[in-house]
Amino acid sequence: MKRELPLTIAFIAGIAFIIAYFIPHPPFNRFENWFSDWFAIIAAFAIWLGALNLMKISFIKIIRKKSDWLHAILIIISFVIILFFGFYEGYRGLHADPPFSFRDPGTSFDWIYVNVYTPLSATMFALLAFFVASASYRAFRARNLEATLLLLAAFFVMLGRVPVGDIITGWLPMEYQMSQWASWIMNVLNTAGQRAIMIGIALGLVSTSLRIILGLERAYMGGD
Amino acid sequence: MADRFTAVYICLLFALLLFFSPSTPVIAQDKPDADTVKLSSIPPDTILPEYYPLSPSNIRVSDVPNDAGGSLIIEWDLSPDDHEGGKVKEYIVLRSKAAKGPFEEVGNATQGATSFRDNRTQRGVKFFYKVTALNYEKTDGEFLWKASSESDVAGPAVSTAQWFNFDRLNIFIGIIILCGAIIYFIVAAQKGKSFYIRKIAGIEEVENAVGRATEMGRPIYYVPGISDMDDVQTLASVTILGRVAAIAAENDTRIDVPVSRSMVMVTAREVVKEAYSKAGRPDAFQEDQVRYLTDDQFGYAAAIDGLFVREKPATIFLIGAFFAESLIMAETGNSIGAIQISGTAMPAQLPFFIAACDFTLIGEELFAASAYLSHEPKLLGSLKGQDLGKAVFLIAILIGVILESFGIPVHELFAVK
Repeated sequence: MKRELPLTIAFIAGIAFIIAYFIPHPPFNRFENWFSDWFAIIAAFAIWLGALNLMKISFIKIIRKKSDWLHAILIIISFVIILFFGFYEGYRGLHADPPFSFRDPGTSFDWIYVNVYTPLSATMFALLAFFVASASYRAFRARNLEATLLLLAAFFVMLGRVPVGDIITGWLPMEYQMSQWASWIMNVLNTAGQRAIMIGIALGLVSTSLRIILGLERAYMGGD
Repeated sequence: MADRFTAVYICLLFALLLFFSPSTPVIAQDKPDADTVKLSSIPPDTILPEYYPLSPSNIRVSDVPNDAGGSLIIEWDLSPDDHEGGKVKEYIVLRSKAAKGPFEEVGNATQGATSFRDNRTQRGVKFFYKVTALNYEKTDGEFLWKASSESDVAGPAVSTAQWFNFDRLNIFIGIIILCGAIIYFIVAAQKGKSFYIRKIAGIEEVENAVGRATEMGRPIYYVPGISDMDDVQTLASVTILGRVAAIAAENDTRIDVPVSRSMVMVTAREVVKEAYSKAGRPDAFQEDQVRYLTDDQFGYAAAIDGLFVREKPATIFLIGAFFAESLIMAETGNSIGAIQISGTAMPAQLPFFIAACDFTLIGEELFAASAYLSHEPKLLGSLKGQDLGKAVFLIAILIGVILESFGIPVHELFAVK
């Protein structure tokens, strides 16, 4: 029963979605919304599982003085502070619409969001620029034919995307200038490659979905 | 002297007139102030007949096909006054449940438009429509005047729900072909037929990568992406996790799975626990091997980077749905010298993984990995079916390209609506 029930649910849900895609007549057209709502409700409850798990692991780390236990203290303090301000200031009364509002301007919660969370997120995102540089340096080394082609393509695309590219090739007719080379590489070669990958992905998705719907793929339930 | 006095007197009088004159131009005194002008303040009978546009003609109302009902499409022939510089500024669509009215406005269409879709009808209810050609003048968003001409009444029309969406017939045929091929090869595999499946380098290396971690005595990190369980990529990742965890358990190597979604945590924990049990080492499994970090994209990336740098895993799997954080994680993993196997079906992230990781499962390989690792004939049969489906679609694309090149339009057959 532990196996059969999830398999049956997966089968029914999978078939329902396929039917809903091709049959617009009620009640089939409502299937997608129903399942999405159910998923959202389950996920909303499940968030507490994650949060409690994080707290549990952090507390155990502190109690047992495991490595990096100071980080765990920071996690708990941050968690408690955010939770406190969120609920304390976010509660607007049972009759208010909505009863909770977590991002009202001027609240401490909003201040933390704007002055702590947003800069930290932006910092992590900004690191990407440096990682792109280091990854590109490795990828564009002309070790073999493929890497050399990649290097050349990158060279023309990068140069074609800035004004200096067209200045260098200014003596050529407009349609043969660097920006046009870059556009051709992006619109023809790159798009063709991307579409080939997308077709493969779509076929793989159908195949995987079919294996799950038919109950052949059970590894996601811990089975064979 | 008197002339000079008269001139000064006139100048003073003129200055006084200017000082006490109203701020609005005299010409505007004929019109009421813009703020107070409403349509009702200018009776329609005071607008000259030449400002009235001719009404649109031949109004047709029909049910929108291939939908769940509740929508009607109203079409008309343009008013003769609908042209560049003409009197028609827009069309107003009016609706009623009775031919005699009363009609209410349901929407408008711009000058030159010949149709309007009314999505707010009720299925099975009769509706009548009229279309009004409208001419007007506006100041600061307020109408100075409006002149309109109504068309004849069209209808009744009823919206109905259809039992099959024929716009998606091409997808239906494609899915039947693909699923048919997959099921055929699954059945053939069940009957004992063996298939050749081409080697996928990334998957072939899984055992070696786990073995490396065992030899080095360091953990394996498995990152299943940042999407939830409703993403097929996450589902594919979790199935691969089951295979990887089984190999890790057999090798007595710790596998850590930091996740960004609670539902993934619950599922992945069950999968890893089961893999340890199957390997005969249920006691070796610890719940904190699969742990939740945060739902936040960059918070998760920061936490993963921190773990990589501190724990220095020997092997890292980055398999699932990744977005902008992909390279942040992969480059950090690269910097600590871990062997990295990545896989995603996000085309925008694939170049990053290829640049930073040792092996990358590109798109469809991600979905094939679990079947490949299982060595199960039934699952391998499904891969063969997938390949056949791919061959059919390639032939269809090739034929399409040839026909289009000769001017035979076939692209509509492949359009997804």
